[in-house]
Amino acid sequence: MNTFKTRLIAAAVAAALVPAAAQAAHSWVLPSTTVLSGSNAWITVDAATSDSLYFANLRPLPLTSIQVLDSEGQPVAPQNASLGKLRATFDVQLSKPGTYKIASVSTAVLASWTEAGVVKRFRGTGEDFAKAVPAGAADLKTIKTLSRYETFVTRDDPTTTVFAPTGQGLEMKPVTHPADVVVGEPASFALLLDGKPAAGLDVVFMRGGDYWKAKPAEITVKTGADGGFKVTLPEGGIWSMSASYRTGETGRGGPPPGAGGPGGRPAPDAPPPPAQPLAGDGYAANYTATIEAQMP
Amino acid sequence: MKRSIPVLTLAAGAAAAAPALAADLRVTYEVPRLSVAEYHPPYTAIWIENAADGASAGTLSVRFRPNHEKWLKDMRQWWRKAGRAMTVPADGVTGPTRAPGVQDMTFSGAKGPLKDLKPGQYTLVVEAAREAGGHESVRVPFVWGRAGKVSSAKGSTELGAVTVAVK
Repeated sequence: MNTFKTRLIAAAVAAALVPAAAQAAHSWVLPSTTVLSGSNAWITVDAATSDSLYFANLRPLPLTSIQVLDSEGQPVAPQNASLGKLRATFDVQLSKPGTYKIASVSTAVLASWTEAGVVKRFRGTGEDFAKAVPAGAADLKTIKTLSRYETFVTRDDPTTTVFAPTGQGLEMKPVTHPADVVVGEPASFALLLDGKPAAGLDVVFMRGGDYWKAKPAEITVKTGADGGFKVTLPEGGIWSMSASYRTGETGRGGPPPGAGGPGGRPAPDAPPPPAQPLAGDGYAANYTATIEAQMP
Repeated sequence: MKRSIPVLTLAAGAAAAAPALAADLRVTYEVPRLSVAEYHPPYTAIWIENAADGASAGTLSVRFRPNHEKWLKDMRQWWRKAGRAMTVPADGVTGPTRAPGVQDMTFSGAKGPLKDLKPGQYTLVVEAAREAGGHESVRVPFVWGRAGKVSSAKGSTELGAVTVAVK
């Protein structure tokens, strides 16, 4: 029974760590407004992972993953933050003119190593990995995933300070400023992977609110050698722009040999099977931006 | 140095000639009375676009409710091209919204953006946006630099007839 429970929990954690695209769930950061005028400028933001885009029906993004940068690149503390069952929510005051970035940034690590001849496994956040796994561990293999879900909100004149890349994971550099994305007009962006042009990646645009459409809008474009890509959004409203990169091991093979009991279920009293080492290293980066296509 | 002299002379000539060409721009536009549950007179922006690239060549008038700057962005074409880079209120440009009816405004060629406007083809844009209501923009081409005939265009929902005359 204990084993079964452990497995359920492990499965739940695994689900949480699987990249969004692979399981058709979406992680997103959705602002109430993307373009504001005047000095009394507030937005409220929802952040969640859900089955349907922008419909909170699965789980919140952790508040600890939220990073807000003001138009000068300075961190801003979210206000009235609350972690709901289905979505995290918080307010941001745009006390300065310019473009703010609101992001959820997280690292997930799957690792195996050997300690005194025994294989050890770790699964958790990048911060916990640093604490739990000894430096210089023997036979250390890691599969790291860096996920960045973000949006941009502009009060008065747009600025570009918040687009300075950190050089980690997938990041977007606008050619067309997000505050200038207009229905029917071509908009250009570029993707960077660890600070370098991300060539040959599929970028998928999906429209929010298509829950009520028989056929949800989906536009896929490929990045060029310089990481650049161009899209003309056909309808006004909120769109998500997503891309993923992965290399090496994914850690998503079948169950380890000998794990299943009769009927594929573990025998009730079977001891937990010995941990299996990872086959190799792996790296994945996920990116989603919430962009508004404004009316002409 | 020598080669630049004719250019300078030309520029000086053009500048000197400008006051002679300077005319006023008369703009009329109609705000229709609408029968809706929640009515606020529309915010309106009047500005000039370069015929060549559509870039703003200056904002002539912005009418909005003071302390309701959050709605300025809803005049979205003006906002993206000119409004968001402006400071409001601006003397001689911004003012309060007006009740429905015909507005008749004359902008002096000796002041504001018209003072430095080079003769040529332009488009005058009147854009209206209502709080909790609709949006419309009407474009009227005109030639700046000499007096001409009245040009006009008509809106369909938020704006009626718009006329432009260089006098």
